[in-house]
Amino acid sequence: MGARLGKLLRQSWRFVRQLSGDDAYERYLAHHVACHAETPPLSRKEYFQRQQQQKWSSIKRCC
Amino acid sequence: MTNNKIFQYIAWAAVALLGAATVGGIALNRGEPVNALWFVTAALCVYAIAYRFYAAWITSKVLLVDPTRATPAERLNNGHDFVPTNRWVVFGHHFAAIAGPGPLVGPTLAAQFGYLPGTLWILVGAVLGGCVQDMVTLFFSTRRNGRSLGQMARDELGAVGGIAALIATMLIMIILIAVLGLVVVNAMKHSPWATSTIAATIPVAMFIGLYMRNIRPGRVLEGSLLGVTLLLLSVAFGGWVDHQPVLHAWFDHPALPLAWAIIIYGFAAAILPVWLLLAPRDYLSTYMKLGTVVLLAIAIVWLQPTVKMPALTQFTDGTGPIFGGKLFPFAFIVIACGAISGFHSLISSGTTPKLLSNERDIRMIGYGGMALESFVAIMAVIAATVLDPGVFFAINSPAGVVGASAADAVAKISSWGFPVTAEQMHNLAQQMGEATLFARTGGAPSLAVGMASIFGSAFGSNMLALWYHFVIMFEAVFILTTLDAGTRVGRFMLQDILGNVWPKLGETSWLPSVLLTSGIIVAAWGYFLYIGVIDPTGGINILWPLFGISNQILAAIALSVATGILVKSGNLKNAWITGLPLTWLVIITSSAVWEKLTSDDVRVGFFAAAHNLSDKLAAGTLPPAKASVAPALIFNLQLDAALALFFAALLWLIVLDMLRICIRHLKGKPVPPLSEAPHQLTQLEEAAWARD
Repeated sequence: MGARLGKLLRQSWRFVRQLSGDDAYERYLAHHVACHAETPPLSRKEYFQRQQQQKWSSIKRCC
Repeated sequence: MTNNKIFQYIAWAAVALLGAATVGGIALNRGEPVNALWFVTAALCVYAIAYRFYAAWITSKVLLVDPTRATPAERLNNGHDFVPTNRWVVFGHHFAAIAGPGPLVGPTLAAQFGYLPGTLWILVGAVLGGCVQDMVTLFFSTRRNGRSLGQMARDELGAVGGIAALIATMLIMIILIAVLGLVVVNAMKHSPWATSTIAATIPVAMFIGLYMRNIRPGRVLEGSLLGVTLLLLSVAFGGWVDHQPVLHAWFDHPALPLAWAIIIYGFAAAILPVWLLLAPRDYLSTYMKLGTVVLLAIAIVWLQPTVKMPALTQFTDGTGPIFGGKLFPFAFIVIACGAISGFHSLISSGTTPKLLSNERDIRMIGYGGMALESFVAIMAVIAATVLDPGVFFAINSPAGVVGASAADAVAKISSWGFPVTAEQMHNLAQQMGEATLFARTGGAPSLAVGMASIFGSAFGSNMLALWYHFVIMFEAVFILTTLDAGTRVGRFMLQDILGNVWPKLGETSWLPSVLLTSGIIVAAWGYFLYIGVIDPTGGINILWPLFGISNQILAAIALSVATGILVKSGNLKNAWITGLPLTWLVIITSSAVWEKLTSDDVRVGFFAAAHNLSDKLAAGTLPPAKASVAPALIFNLQLDAALALFFAALLWLIVLDMLRICIRHLKGKPVPPLSEAPHQLTQLEEAAWARD
């Protein structure tokens, strides 16, 4: 019971982090290691800046 | 047939029966007070049935959604914009992007016709129109590597369609920003509490921007949590300001200076880096929005308030105080978002498709996302109609219609059969912590009073003023996000266009071009905002219908593209799924434009109003204050007429272009080929079976 609850809580936490973009950098690192391991990855700060710049250069919110 | 199957049939039959009973109950009831729970139940049943049967039929039999086909997110995965993502996360992002202030404002204004027209149009319009539009656009864009609506229009219909989509998008953005700016100005007018709270949200957002960039880079949850706490504190701070005589005077302003403040703010926000203001405020507004919507749903179900507005009012004849015009077509124009909103097609193409991990999720995200937004609109109907109708009309009727003094306004409104007293309005204003609630047009204050009274009864009535200003803050925060984001996108589009003339102007980081194009966009919406503020009949009554028309014309463009693709892919038999809502949109927008141009009623027809005003000006019968602004108002009415005509021309151009392509295709003549990306099997192991 306790183990199941713990698993559920962990899953929910992972979901909240993914939904909010809190784990975006970790997912980027995983992708980077898998696909572009030959180049050094961006730092957390650089990645976050690039991400934001890109996000807001097209329509992201409506009425 | 297994027991499980039989049980499913019985369960769905029960949902259908309950839905039919509640919709029938709402529609046929006359005179008896209706509980808000009827609306919630009716809406949920309608969405459930439509989602389970209509949407499922469209995806499996018309679109032929293929769960084994690799999506662009999988094929083009680059770790930042194309990323296969958990479907609930995509749903969250999609919903946060499509749901703005529109579904809260439109239904509030349309409540002048009574609760019934708005409710029925929101339900029927969403399940047959808006949800279908969002879903098919999402599907077609997914099959085309996540291309935008404008690109799809150009590929599938030709250059005319592409240009029409681009121009429509830019114009709708300008009118949208102006009208939303007006909503915020009207909420801040002579309200030091609202003004200081909204002002405080700017440094809060900037602090969170710095926090997420420099102090704790990329820690989005932490930063957002801190920001939301500060926003809640800023509501309390506004209450404190309201009680300090000196500070009170600092933040107590009429509409015009507030409009200038919004214009200057909009320009600054468009040229500041995104991380400083726009991005952090967007995080905050998303949480505020989701939190408030959930809270409102819980409060309505818990409290079960009684709807006091009649099913239909006498204003269906076109004499309504909030905006002029008959039930048909104006109820369908004023409620765009919540029933069908063209703007969504810009999110459903270009953004969301790049995150989909499997085509099977298209129904849930496209159709389900819009159904949820439609439900938000139903809650806005409830919040507007649980108010005493007299109070509702006193808050939403402009002074130019009911008279500037409290005595005149209550006499006029009571004479319509909606009793209200000056004392009642005074007490209500005092409870909400406002100087007055008369003529607070724009929908935000009446929504805030409605929501505050619901929240107050559910979670403590001694805090009504806090709740009221919380709602105002929540609306303002995401209206300002739309304003910043819209100005920026408008600037990018303009730079894109001007770049064709002089490439240097197309460089998005060249400061002179940034200043010039931002200035042009801000001046364009700033003009409409300025006119809206100086117009004694409130501005909203002109701007909101114009916004509705432009938004639905964008929807018509999206539906034209979809219909064209369906016909070209040999699916003429089923093209009615988009053809039907398209036909309805063509009918309502064309009739609305026709009325706006030809009506003799000065509150409907642009030319009638312009002639009326110039005659009075020439005869010298206008009071001096009004005479000084009359030339600007006359010019604006003519400009609005030209704009409405232009929108109608754009609509007919693209619909006829689509029909031309369809007829050519059916006759076997050459047409632009389908631009669908080739089929490729999904490699995402879990995609086909293990994910549900």
